[in-house]
Amino acid sequence: MKISITVNGITHEDEVEPRTLLVHYIREQLRLTGTNIGCDTSSCGACTVHLNGEAVKSCTILAVQADGTKIDTIEGLSKDGVMHPMQQAFMENHGLQCGYCTPGMVMAAIGLLNENPNPTEQEVRIGLEGNLCRCTGYHNIVKSVLAAANK
Amino acid sequence: MTMTENRHNKVIGTRLLRREDPTLLTGEAKFTNDLDIPGALHLAVLRSPHAHAKIIKINTQAAAALPGVVAVYTGADLQSMWAGPMPCAWPVTAEMKNPPHYPLAVSMVCYVGDGVAAVLANSETISRDALDLIDVEYETMAAVVDPEEAMTDKVIVHQDLGTNKSYTWNLLIESTEGCVEAAFKSAAYTVSERYVQQRLIPMAMETRAVAAVPQPFGGDIVLYSSTQVPHILKVMTALTLGIPEHQVRVITPSVGGGFGSKLNVYAEELLCVGLSRKHKVPVRWVEERSENAQATIHGRGQVQYVELAADKDGKLTAVRVRIVADMGAYLQLVTPGIPILGAFLYAGVYDIPHAYDFSCTGVFTTLTPTDAYRGAGRPEATYAIETAMDALAREMGIDPFDLRKRNYIAKEQFPYTAFSGLTYDSGNHLAAAEKAAGLADYASIRARQVKQNVPGATKRLGIGMTSYFEMCGLAPSRVLASLNYSAGGWESATVRILPTAKVQVITGTSPHGQGHETSWAMIASEKLGIPPEDIDVLHSDTAIAPLGLDTYGSRSLPVGGVAVAGACDKVIDKAKLIAAHQLECSADDLEFADGTFSIKGSPDRNLPLAAIAFEAFTAHNLPDGLEPNLEAQYTYDPPNFSWPFGTHMCVLEIDIETGKVDVLKYVAVDDCGVQINPLIVEGQVHGGVIQGLAQALFEEAVHDKDGNLKTSTLAEYLVPAASDVPSIVTDHTVTPSPTNQLGVKGIGEAGTIGAAPTVMNAVIDALSGLGVTHMDMPASPHHVWSAIQAASTK
Repeated sequence: MKISITVNGITHEDEVEPRTLLVHYIREQLRLTGTNIGCDTSSCGACTVHLNGEAVKSCTILAVQADGTKIDTIEGLSKDGVMHPMQQAFMENHGLQCGYCTPGMVMAAIGLLNENPNPTEQEVRIGLEGNLCRCTGYHNIVKSVLAAANK
Repeated sequence: MTMTENRHNKVIGTRLLRREDPTLLTGEAKFTNDLDIPGALHLAVLRSPHAHAKIIKINTQAAAALPGVVAVYTGADLQSMWAGPMPCAWPVTAEMKNPPHYPLAVSMVCYVGDGVAAVLANSETISRDALDLIDVEYETMAAVVDPEEAMTDKVIVHQDLGTNKSYTWNLLIESTEGCVEAAFKSAAYTVSERYVQQRLIPMAMETRAVAAVPQPFGGDIVLYSSTQVPHILKVMTALTLGIPEHQVRVITPSVGGGFGSKLNVYAEELLCVGLSRKHKVPVRWVEERSENAQATIHGRGQVQYVELAADKDGKLTAVRVRIVADMGAYLQLVTPGIPILGAFLYAGVYDIPHAYDFSCTGVFTTLTPTDAYRGAGRPEATYAIETAMDALAREMGIDPFDLRKRNYIAKEQFPYTAFSGLTYDSGNHLAAAEKAAGLADYASIRARQVKQNVPGATKRLGIGMTSYFEMCGLAPSRVLASLNYSAGGWESATVRILPTAKVQVITGTSPHGQGHETSWAMIASEKLGIPPEDIDVLHSDTAIAPLGLDTYGSRSLPVGGVAVAGACDKVIDKAKLIAAHQLECSADDLEFADGTFSIKGSPDRNLPLAAIAFEAFTAHNLPDGLEPNLEAQYTYDPPNFSWPFGTHMCVLEIDIETGKVDVLKYVAVDDCGVQINPLIVEGQVHGGVIQGLAQALFEEAVHDKDGNLKTSTLAEYLVPAASDVPSIVTDHTVTPSPTNQLGVKGIGEAGTIGAAPTVMNAVIDALSGLGVTHMDMPASPHHVWSAIQAASTK
């Protein structure tokens, strides 16, 4: 099937198999490999992207369902070599170790602050519960998001 | 030896932000499955749905006929490809039974997930579609999933062995024959406990991925793998496939966590290499999460019987331990050695006499093989002694902190030669424990408890503690020899000063989240007086870093980081000869500080390392006979393990009507000697603590009686989310290690080692007033509620 999706500001017209998940389209057809896959049950959130400005797990929708939408991935966040404030906050607060969950975590965290610009620690923890991290124990991820909110 | 504590470090000890972060944060980092490998075929592995069965017949015709499928292989088809079975590098005893284990099963499957057939196809999707078309006829056999049941040999996993017992390993230390038994007979107090270390699934966020790329001429192969151990993998790939070792190059791109699960040599790595050579095209494979839960090793899996004897004052007089360790279906790379890594730690941080009796039997079950998982043997040992200490305190009716104070090895006793003959390098347990008690408000929590945990109260308050040693920094090669390990424990580093005074540090460690690039640059910067940003750290490619023993067992800093410092020393020594030559003085008259050589007493006569670097490069004016260039390789074999230690405390509340545990506060006071980068140290503690807390409260690989894994996805296996866990209060003491020039100790596993017993001691502490004195992990609402119900009907 033919789809038209605007990813990080560039519109792509592509043929996809109807069963192709959005995450596979992003990774394999567009070769934007910053969006990671960590599970097969929509549990881990490593594949979180923004669809029309809202954080979604890109393994939960088919590429054809995203036809006509605007997608933002981790690759589109930094502008002119300057990282997004959330990326900077993660760096400054050691909010990542192996970095595999990080793209999804950053996209989810931006989505969280879009909805709630001044969250409490508990609201950050609940807001990120769809994204798993195995390295940090979340301590510095939560700290990063709170720091980004206070900027 | 210059101790770092006496120096005025400028770079070491700072919270330098990680250089690893920008590519990871922007999505530019490449993990193995992100690589573009033109022309690669995709491998998929058909896995056994049975825990124990004979393979009668495999029909691959329909799969082979699927458009896009290039080939389908059974285990029998590939048997001639292997020069030998998959490696187990740790035959802990000479008599250890080790059944041959090949990348694909040939006649028997021994766990759910055992590889049965391999498909090569033009796309990943087609390769997986083809798996459904392979028809395998099995004759199923009884499974054995419980290690103690396996000990009875009623169901034997590998019939040829005649038994499920792989080995029994003993450590009996007695000052006089029979003194352990005598100590128990004459003890004022004894405790006898049984603990179950449930199986855990490591669940690194990146599943495993592999790509093997044969080079066009001459038979060389490049193997990309999401592994912790590129160097070990290179050797083992060569041996297992009969390829000359120099023709194998292993590269590990970014690796999304390991926690021990990628400290192995796996079937899929060997299949990709073997099949890529056979087909003369690249072959790649990526693991699905549910596959990861079955085909990547599990951790823990032990039943522990622990007995303590103590005199009337609670001073420990003997320790006796019996372990049944679940090996799973086969021995992977270091499976049998994991419980042995804990064998020396069942007396914990306590001063005990030479009265220690340890025995471990490794048994086969029809489950996924076990192997190293964060802490590897040491969390299990620490859990046993620390929860048994609480049981002893209850038996005596004294405070568990008080009991520990009576038994700690005192600060003055270090370096302390233990009953085992091992020397604990440095420690100050009481200081760390008192600091933790202060941060946790131990005394006031005890006071609050008296008021809160009254009859009828539904929210019960508990506080628990653990004081631990982490025997790490694997390892002195001669000690490994005494344990029958098949390799050494050294680490290598090369330091190369480029003509423009930029630096390359090449390390044999292989980081996957630990920040070695940042920390190793800091060490070299401190030593050389060159800013960290001018120092590049290269690793994880066996062609660039040919010597190395990789990353596991909290070894990277105390072995690999110290090797970097040693290589810097060699470079400085050589540069000094050039400086002396050019300044026309004796090398003995020179001192080196802040990157500059100067004549003692005449600081204006000096030469910076930057200038010497260029002189060494041009070689126009070097001392006679001196080789050009400034480069040194150094291999460090540590004289001892490193012994980080600390005390953790946990305050929690339990709702006895629902069984829900609510952690109110977690305090970790850790001492890893000199901290290179406190930001990274704290991060390691945070992550380690939550992994240990997850064992205590959430995680468990559950199998049914037929050996089916019931928790094979992240929807069922409860890796905690941010909302499930608390923030962590971290603090530290600094007791430098006297055995290495940096004064450092490892910190990667300390959090995990400390956390599980800390949390479980707090759980029991909260419920002991209700008569609950024991609970198996995890302390899930169901387990907690059931334990309360059982105690109330006693």
